[in-house]
Amino acid sequence: MTTAKKTKKQIAPRVPMPNQPAAERARNFKEVALGYTKEMAMQEAARCLNCKKPKCVQGCPVQVPIADFIAEVAKGNVEEAYSIIKSTNSLPAICGRVCPQEIQCEGACILNAKEQPIAIGRLERFVADEYMYMDACDLISAKPECPFIDEEKKVACIGSGPSSLTVAGYLASRGCKVTVFEALHEVGGVLVYGIPEFRLPKEDIVAKEVGALKDLQVDFVTNYVGGKTFSIEDLKEQGYKAVFVGVGAGLPRFLNISGENLCGVFSANEYLTRVNLGRAYDFPNYDTPIIKGRKVTVYGGGNVAMDAARTAQRLGAETVHIVYRRTADAMPARHEEIEHAVEEGVILEVLANPLEFKGDGKGNLASVTLQKMKMGEPDESGRCRPLPIEGETYELETDLAIIAVGTRPNPVLLENEPDLKLNKWGYIETDEATNETSIPDVYAGGDIVTGAATVILAMGAGRKAAQEIARRFGIEE
Amino acid sequence: MIMANKIVKKEQLIPGQTSKLVIDAPHIAAKAKPGNFVILRVTEKGERIPLTIADTDPENGTITIVYLVLGKSTALLEELNEGDEILDLCGPLGKATDLHTGGTVICVGGGTGIAAMHHIAKGHHEAGNHVVAIIGARTKDLLLFENELKEFCPEVLISTDDGSYGHHGLVTELLKDRLEKDDSVIEVVAVGPVPMMAAVSKTTEPFGTPTTVSLNSIMVDGVGMCGACRVTVGGETKFACVDGPEFDGHKVDFGELRQRLAAFSCHEKESFDHHCRCKCNDNS
Repeated sequence: MTTAKKTKKQIAPRVPMPNQPAAERARNFKEVALGYTKEMAMQEAARCLNCKKPKCVQGCPVQVPIADFIAEVAKGNVEEAYSIIKSTNSLPAICGRVCPQEIQCEGACILNAKEQPIAIGRLERFVADEYMYMDACDLISAKPECPFIDEEKKVACIGSGPSSLTVAGYLASRGCKVTVFEALHEVGGVLVYGIPEFRLPKEDIVAKEVGALKDLQVDFVTNYVGGKTFSIEDLKEQGYKAVFVGVGAGLPRFLNISGENLCGVFSANEYLTRVNLGRAYDFPNYDTPIIKGRKVTVYGGGNVAMDAARTAQRLGAETVHIVYRRTADAMPARHEEIEHAVEEGVILEVLANPLEFKGDGKGNLASVTLQKMKMGEPDESGRCRPLPIEGETYELETDLAIIAVGTRPNPVLLENEPDLKLNKWGYIETDEATNETSIPDVYAGGDIVTGAATVILAMGAGRKAAQEIARRFGIEE
Repeated sequence: MIMANKIVKKEQLIPGQTSKLVIDAPHIAAKAKPGNFVILRVTEKGERIPLTIADTDPENGTITIVYLVLGKSTALLEELNEGDEILDLCGPLGKATDLHTGGTVICVGGGTGIAAMHHIAKGHHEAGNHVVAIIGARTKDLLLFENELKEFCPEVLISTDDGSYGHHGLVTELLKDRLEKDDSVIEVVAVGPVPMMAAVSKTTEPFGTPTTVSLNSIMVDGVGMCGACRVTVGGETKFACVDGPEFDGHKVDFGELRQRLAAFSCHEKESFDHHCRCKCNDNS
């Protein structure tokens, strides 16, 4: 009944996010979005209707009590708001930055029908950032103080990306002894090697959220490869009672066209790993090199393609074209990412399909042949199919091509664990209710189960597995 | 669980050029098989580089690597001494050598590749094969692992480009000679510079002898994530890190491999020069 009264209330427009100016940020690796001030956050939070049955929470894969934390922000209680978020989400500073809120919490916000939704992501980020510099130990879980860690409740996570970090945070805050094994030399998985610094700062944000887990006595072991350095059986022999497999996406897909192995053609994974994990943007101070293209082309229309294009722009490219065979509105990337890329000078080369890469005769990439496309009638799935326009091909000069068309399952762990049942796409099959695999007490989640998806979906999967592990340990109902 | 990665022994095989490290890494030694490699990083700002495992000692928990000082990363590695720790050491990676039994296996090694070949040859020996090693270098002083190979290989044939030791000429000449006389050869393995592996594959082709080469592609993660190491084998793109590093030498596109290995040669020089400049500034 109260909502009926509230509908008359005039709702102020959404508080805009301050950003680094496009011309400036297109040449540096500092974060694009600068974040709300406390005043801005309180003003935005005051727009919230505090629905009795908040739809936003249903839209959140980890069920953050959104309305509750926003109510605290509106009152200026950052600490309380942080504690509410952390009760279900171990990585709020990361989620506030990289979640596709428009299709989750903000997409579900009741204001969406007539007004702009509450800027939930920006508020989550504000709360986490404000709180980040303080000791998070007593606030990482709903419980008031650091839990007693029971060394008997040993849990191993393979991979240290968002799904594993969620499992670690959830279970460590409930007294389990968690060890996270990472194949690379740095913890964070895709948060470190995949998502660029200008969207997700590594030292200030990722390392801090990981640090909060270390405070909960989570152990991190780097340079340990599941399926190579150790097997699941080894972990069981070492007394681990539950194992979570979150090894992420794997082998990059290529276009399977001629000239793809010329020097200058990279997978987005290689390009981004060199720049993000290897800090190649600071070569030669860092040792990992990268080819800084003059005329860069990127293939694909997802968030990874946007990240690669914007990275190339920042490394000083003269032009960056994103080649996509459909139209811009069909791109799977977040609208905000596409908008940011275009503002920074990235050119969308849409309705174009690559046919062949051509070299300079010395093994280096020189150009790409593109086929002009048009949109055809919708197919059975309802999606319009792009069709080639007969005879209309053209050349585009390019010395650096970045392929961002997805990944296939990584064989490293799977080949060495034949007992893990896979689905028809080659990913790990799990029980929908618990995320347990075909091996008892071995769970899986994230991209190794779903194929390439988002950080928050991986976290949701980790949370579900962690809840089941907690239940079997008798910690939770 | 605690990974020291401590260098327990360092030996300069060719002073200023090639060294051997025995590293305390029980977790890797326990799992490593012939053909596997490791990825290591020497400093916080360092690059990940792959190196083939030259030997293991699971009992003492050590692995052996041999490297040629070629650029900045190997120069940094060369600065480490016995007792120092390697910052990051990851492995064992790659597929193990496919060891089949029942005959003579000729293992050909060139340059630093001899060390990598040593582990594979040892594997074939332990699998019960009669192993013939053919090793070559430009000159006698640059020859590696002759004694190590002699420990288990009944025959070690040597060639040098300048004739200072063994056969005056190329390893492929010794190989061809052997293949003509010996029909018990079930496989030829070659590890070394790309032109040498290409030449070995070409030599064995008319004999129809199965030939395995171990490729030293550029890698970043080494666990199948990036595709930097891709190589064309029989017209198909393969990843050296997870599909290899060993492939059928008769099917590898060596020309492409050579070009891809040179993709960062300017950067490698820039990085090395930068390193030298920084060192000079530090010393002045």
